[in-house]
Amino acid sequence: MSASTTARTTTASNTTARRPRATGPGGGRRQRTRPVIDGVAMPGPFERTVKGVVLTLACALVILPFVGIISTSLATPEQVTEAGGFVLLPTGIDLSAYRMIFAGGVVTQALWISILVTAIGTTLSLALTTTLGWALSRKGAFGVRAMLLVVLISLLFNPGIIPSYLVVQRLGLLDTLWALIIPTSVSAFNVVVVRAFFVQLPNEVIDAARIDGATEWQLFWRIGLPLSKPVLAVVGLFYGVGYWNAFFNALLYMSDATKWPLQLVLRTYVVDGAQLGSQDLGIDAAALPPQTSLQMAILVVSIVPVLLVYPFLQRHFAKGMLTGAVKG
Amino acid sequence: MTAVEEPRAGTPRSSSAGPGSRGRTPNDGSPQPVRRRQSWWQRLVRDRAVLLLALPGMAVIIAFQYLALGGNVIAFQDYQPYLGIERSLWVGFENFQILFSGDPEFLSALRNTLVITLLQTVFVFPAPIILALLLHSLVSNRVRQIVQSVLYLPHFLSWVIVVAVFQQVLGGAGLLNNFLRSHGWEPIDIIGNSDAFYALITSQVIWKDTGWATILFLAVLAGIDKSLYEASAVDGASRWRQTWHITLPGMRPIIIMLLILKLGDSLSVGFEQLILQQQAVGLGVSDVLDTYVYNQGVLGGFWGVAAAVGLVKGLIGLALVLVANKTAHAFGEEGVYRA
Repeated sequence: MSASTTARTTTASNTTARRPRATGPGGGRRQRTRPVIDGVAMPGPFERTVKGVVLTLACALVILPFVGIISTSLATPEQVTEAGGFVLLPTGIDLSAYRMIFAGGVVTQALWISILVTAIGTTLSLALTTTLGWALSRKGAFGVRAMLLVVLISLLFNPGIIPSYLVVQRLGLLDTLWALIIPTSVSAFNVVVVRAFFVQLPNEVIDAARIDGATEWQLFWRIGLPLSKPVLAVVGLFYGVGYWNAFFNALLYMSDATKWPLQLVLRTYVVDGAQLGSQDLGIDAAALPPQTSLQMAILVVSIVPVLLVYPFLQRHFAKGMLTGAVKG
Repeated sequence: MTAVEEPRAGTPRSSSAGPGSRGRTPNDGSPQPVRRRQSWWQRLVRDRAVLLLALPGMAVIIAFQYLALGGNVIAFQDYQPYLGIERSLWVGFENFQILFSGDPEFLSALRNTLVITLLQTVFVFPAPIILALLLHSLVSNRVRQIVQSVLYLPHFLSWVIVVAVFQQVLGGAGLLNNFLRSHGWEPIDIIGNSDAFYALITSQVIWKDTGWATILFLAVLAGIDKSLYEASAVDGASRWRQTWHITLPGMRPIIIMLLILKLGDSLSVGFEQLILQQQAVGLGVSDVLDTYVYNQGVLGGFWGVAAAVGLVKGLIGLALVLVANKTAHAFGEEGVYRA
């Protein structure tokens, strides 16, 4: 993205403004005075207005629901009850919904499980993906071409729900947190992205290190990894968001509700609208805030981590993702 | 194996170079040492470090992608979980009967799948192309970056969150209906209304993924040769003519590639999205092949039937990709891959 935008700005300086139009039979009748950038005329006022309205509307459609969710989770119980559900602008701030979901009940438990799965999963995924990506970048080594083919072909098919379930069952992973981690720990696509990055590292550096007696592991650890930080950041964040958001794996492999991650709790209490009682929350049956406040607070808790890593992800999108995807 | 490792003619490679000799090494003019062919075992030992690094990752891919395929044998069994694959009875093609005997639930799932795929191809697929053209035509980079940051975001939210957000906004007590009620209008019944269901799920997909899907198109747009626009401007082409004759043809390969992939995926529609909303709207409109497999197999215990449906679905999907790719080649397009 940044590449495209800079290209446009830099060439904007040699703008060929007010290029006289070809004088055809109509002879200058359609002559325009708008400046031309890179051979494309500047949009007219009508077009600009339409674009502005469309994009503003699109952004509002994305942002407004979040504003509503965050506002409702923070609003006072009275206001939520009065509004019949959703509040756009809270009159006062009330954190009781958050206090209750963090009190140690199902939501807190699920939150810890999600954090654990995401942390372990992302670490494991990065380890497996970078080592495999590195090995596959060693063109000419024994078996590498065959292995690359195996990885690429796996992109073309999906074994299906039942077969995947049977493998997890056979490995004895059902109802363990590993079922949420191991099956999705290596994404062939990410392997290809990481490999594409390693392949374009300069040969000279690696050859020099080899002459100095570096082992394969040292090449990978001391040269490959440090040089590939941007792509590792993106791939790591993608894995992290993937583990955090994973819902179906948990639905399929976890029948034990005490091991549910946040997304399943979210489904039960927010999407399906099951009532969160004080027992579920692990608190004394005092005055519960309205269910809507509790639901919105759970929703906010599950969205915030994504929002926190999002700026970092965004910075690396163009660099890490696209170079890999296009070259892969 | 030996054939695979044989260096291609025309790419000289010094035999002294170790496992990591990446392609050609500069020839310094000294006489090449006589190549002695190593046996596969010698090369395996030589490259053991590389293989060791690849091993864990390959193990996961092989186990969960390739060995998993073996699980499809239960499509030919009266599979009972407590008996396992080894002791369950073999029943031949009995499980496939359901595909041909016209089981109403299966037919309904098949029909819903095709309808949703069609809707997504018509309404969801072009959306990011239009949005990318719009973003690309923005002159201000700042505005463009802000808009991109906002519109990419929903892609990173889980389906559970997206469905919950839609419920909160469009549901009976949601943002929209509260607004309507407070202004004295009739509330609109959207969530849980089977008539509105397809419109609902289509808009969910558009909301979640349109922004993100522009990323590929924008990369392609940035790569179109600028001199084409300049030359056409000299010839007096308008913006619309430039879009039609330069921009769209430039995007054609990527559009065709994505259409092929979409076609291959046409029997898998939004599993997570649909399973989350089946309770609210009922199976009649929301059951698709994937949810049918899940509901019949994992929940209903009809493992063999579910596996049979999944297997046929997978094979058709694979065939669709191969055929579409071939067709693209026949029309002189790049397609997804070249064999």
